[in-house]
Amino acid sequence: MNNPFIRLEEVSKSFGLLTVVEGLNLEIGKGEFISLLGPSGSGKTTILMMLAGFENPTSGAIWAGGNRIDSLPPHRRNMGVVFQNYALFPHMTVSQNVAFPLKMRSLPRAEVKERVGKALDMVQLGSLAERRPSQLSGGQQQRVALARALIFEPEVVLMDEPLGALDKQLREQMQLDIRDLHRRLKLTIVFVTHDQSEALTMSDRIAIFNRGKIEQIGKPSDIYDHPSTQFVAEFIGETNLVWGTVKSMEGGTARVGLPAGQQVFVETATDLGPNSSVCLSIRPERIKVGRREAAGNNITAAVSDIVYHGDHLRLIARSDGQSLIVKTDRSQPTLSIGDEVQLSFLSSDCWVVSP
Amino acid sequence: MSLLRFSKLIFGSATVFFLIAPLIAILPLAFTDSVFLNYPIPAYSTRWFVELFTAGVWQRSIINSLIIGCGTTVLATLLGTVGAVGLRDKQLSLVLTTIKTIFLLPMVVPAVVLGVGMQLMFARYALTNTYLGVIIAHTVVAVPFVVVNVLAVLQGIDRRLEQAAASLGAAPVTVLQQVTLPLALPGIVSGAVFAFATSLDEVVLTLFVAGPNQRTLARQMFSTIRENISPAIAAAAFVFIVGTVLIAIVVNFSRGTKRAKEVR
Repeated sequence: MNNPFIRLEEVSKSFGLLTVVEGLNLEIGKGEFISLLGPSGSGKTTILMMLAGFENPTSGAIWAGGNRIDSLPPHRRNMGVVFQNYALFPHMTVSQNVAFPLKMRSLPRAEVKERVGKALDMVQLGSLAERRPSQLSGGQQQRVALARALIFEPEVVLMDEPLGALDKQLREQMQLDIRDLHRRLKLTIVFVTHDQSEALTMSDRIAIFNRGKIEQIGKPSDIYDHPSTQFVAEFIGETNLVWGTVKSMEGGTARVGLPAGQQVFVETATDLGPNSSVCLSIRPERIKVGRREAAGNNITAAVSDIVYHGDHLRLIARSDGQSLIVKTDRSQPTLSIGDEVQLSFLSSDCWVVSP
Repeated sequence: MSLLRFSKLIFGSATVFFLIAPLIAILPLAFTDSVFLNYPIPAYSTRWFVELFTAGVWQRSIINSLIIGCGTTVLATLLGTVGAVGLRDKQLSLVLTTIKTIFLLPMVVPAVVLGVGMQLMFARYALTNTYLGVIIAHTVVAVPFVVVNVLAVLQGIDRRLEQAAASLGAAPVTVLQQVTLPLALPGIVSGAVFAFATSLDEVVLTLFVAGPNQRTLARQMFSTIRENISPAIAAAAFVFIVGTVLIAIVVNFSRGTKRAKEVR
């Protein structure tokens, strides 16, 4: 990145003997929506806490807008934080909550009033200004928290699993709302989540965390289509991992032998040596039922289960001693458990992941 | 009704009776017409209340109790709250744990021991026979109640509220003033009430450090009962109990409405 707005340089954080973040480098551009995605305990929230100033890095440096900020106290960082439990002040009304950051900045009363009104309208809560947070629903509380974090026009908005406590429908609505705010207000957002679909829906870029390190970082489509490791492939979306041995390598296509003798062709940019063992990731929706000569890869499998999902069917098929999940539409000719099926997929739909 | 429930009822009533029997015994005597503090009551009157509020020594002692009680409440609430804020972290270092123990020590140390120590020390700094001396003495025993009450509330406050305030631009002092203390208010109020009640009822330390000018109501009752067993004692006791019950009701009510608001 040419001109990153936030830069983390070799940042590490340990609590006693436990290292939570290890030698992390990360650059975030202005106006970017970046998600930090990972299982709990992967260090993503700790990074957010260090950006906000609630935790200090054990070593390394954090820069924002050209200034080193890692020793700056939170109240001087000008970053809006949205917490999972909303963290609204229970002893203040909605409008007092939203006015809080402006009062801290000693703005004139008339201006505070005007901006609070605008901010509440922005999140469609104008009519609830005089309520207490405890009188609002979860979704309303989260919108108040958003308004409060945005009203002072912070340079960066940090969100720590802000939608985790909402039910599915509301969560999806809020995802769109936040994305819309991000576009309209040109916000820089660092969004921590453990929900992969949320990260895919909302982000410009996703950083996948595992054990305190970034496993992969990139656009949602890159990460989904080209996961670099087995961990990423399994964490983002659903996938089939298939193990095999490279037989030969020819012009960007490897011939991989599966344990029980079938072969698949894999397009890959890396040069794989013969007889090296590889792990392949094949997304369930890329596998089609039925023989297709043009597809390049056709294998035989036995149906071991069929699961109805409303809009699609999911076949569990066994082939070559490995279990494959196939997502298929409902117009498939009726299959039953135990049937033998032909499965086909493109060589470009197989992706080599490192273990 | 099962035997268990029946025995629970009996045991419960017996306990309640055991606790309030002394109060029931003394209260009617406040309204006696007789000059003796004993039953039977020949006729009812309010003459001892009149005595209590008009006789010089009683009047003086009530005023003293109020002065010293208010002084103690302010000082103990201030110190106890500040102490509780400092001792708040759940994982305390050895030093802080020790300090916390010291804060709570006056709850268990015999008042006589404290009294002797204070008298020796106060004499040195010319604090005996002064209001300040008595207030300090009472504060020592009242602070633990404030610390315990405020600490309990503070530990229930979500740290993220304070983090949120800081991220929104509040300096640490502002966070304390705008978020932490308002949220800790119920604990501070009940701590203050306990402090006031402790001071009101404290006799032992008062005997050691107070002079004739700082005679409190409790102290006055104590000496009256030895010198001339006047029913004014019962009247004073009545005032005491009614006052305490009123404060308790006010505190409970303010907590109750607060909770009701939050639930809604």
